[in-house]
Amino acid sequence: MRIEQKVTVDAPRRLVWDYVTEPANYPVFIEGLTRWDVAGDKHTGLGARYRMLIRVGAADVGGLIEIVEWQPEGDMAWSSVTGVDQRGRWRLRELGDGRTRVNFRFAYGVAGGGIPGLIAERVAAPSLSRRFRLSLLNLKRAVEEQAVAASA
Amino acid sequence: MAESGAGTAAQAGERESRNGGDPRDLGADAFGRPSLLRRFFDEVQNRLTADLDDRDPDFIRENLSLSWLIASIWFRGEVRGMERIPEEGPVLLVGNHSGGTVTPDTIVFTLAFNTYFGVERPFYQLAHNLVLTSPVGPYLRRFGTVAASHENARKALDAGAAVLVYPGGDWEVNRPSWEANRIDFAGRSGFVKLALDAGVQIVPVVSIGGQETAIFLTHGERLAKLLRLDRLLRLKTLPVNLSLPWVVNVGDFLGHLPLPAKITVQVMEPIDLRERYGPNPSREQVYADITSLMQDQLTELAAERRLPIVG
Repeated sequence: MRIEQKVTVDAPRRLVWDYVTEPANYPVFIEGLTRWDVAGDKHTGLGARYRMLIRVGAADVGGLIEIVEWQPEGDMAWSSVTGVDQRGRWRLRELGDGRTRVNFRFAYGVAGGGIPGLIAERVAAPSLSRRFRLSLLNLKRAVEEQAVAASA
Repeated sequence: MAESGAGTAAQAGERESRNGGDPRDLGADAFGRPSLLRRFFDEVQNRLTADLDDRDPDFIRENLSLSWLIASIWFRGEVRGMERIPEEGPVLLVGNHSGGTVTPDTIVFTLAFNTYFGVERPFYQLAHNLVLTSPVGPYLRRFGTVAASHENARKALDAGAAVLVYPGGDWEVNRPSWEANRIDFAGRSGFVKLALDAGVQIVPVVSIGGQETAIFLTHGERLAKLLRLDRLLRLKTLPVNLSLPWVVNVGDFLGHLPLPAKITVQVMEPIDLRERYGPNPSREQVYADITSLMQDQLTELAAERRLPIVG
């Protein structure tokens, strides 16, 4: 199952990039996230690993993830190492007037989960989609506040 | 995992040796094959022997979706305090148990443990012999369920696993509905000895809602006596509940359709027995303290609950 949410942030791309690549920010702006801990020595960048969990229905679901793509101020993508299969991607594009277009993509599922797996993915989708929409609004608010503070 | 694999072969050999190996012990057919009776006893014996390698992380992972659907939609499960469970190493999780032979607290908590720590972390649940010899026994064994015995639990703890035990077990699950908010371990303090012997922390796990999935009337001790089941089948109880689809359900042997009661589970702080009680803790004292702590927690959860079933 794949979810995509978009938002336009009134701030330069560098500020947005700095915000979404800082692991400490995740529990603050992602709704329902119960854990986003650095696993290992690498704090950020390609190969950095995080242990993440998000509350979905009756359980905290997630696992160990690893950053698999890192294009500074452009794309950051992760993939699951253990736990529920997942892929996530931040895609930042400059709009030319000091604003940044932010796309967030999240794909998840359980290989071999059969029909219950397919049903569970669809049942979880509306709640996850709503949370990611709110999360992007949180991100927008936080980064725009930073931009205002930086220009003041 | 290679070490575990070697363990399986050794355990299989051990089982074969304990069972006698020679089919003539319990009879063989004309072709020298083990008799039906022999095969039946072998199967029962196998199901009650803890072969920790029967736990299958891939199988669990692939079946978590079904557990998640049941726990999320039917029981609206809510588990709090998972972060209190030590991140790694052996630990004894001690829970209260509810729901007759269909125990939603197990479904909700097992799901929560497997998703929180990942199916890679070894996790075993102790269950009554009847559960493991039932048709769902082989399925549960792959989930990490082993027959409740001191030996099986020790084996799992010594292997570094987390073990979930319900001391009240078959007694507590059938307590009458008007005692739903009561911890009733029936004086079974074996879990204290187990934690002391294995040198592991106890983490109490208190759940509410399971006893609202049917109307539980009685343990049925008198009924079992009246029907002489205590003498004929060594059954000391014959629980009776009102549940779907049977309406009047005597014995609950075939299970029932549980009402969709909200299940809330609260994980409590870990207890290191020797740190708290000294080098030789009194089993009675620890039992009394832990059941009292769990009772306080259950009373608190009950106070939060506004309506039965709805939660």
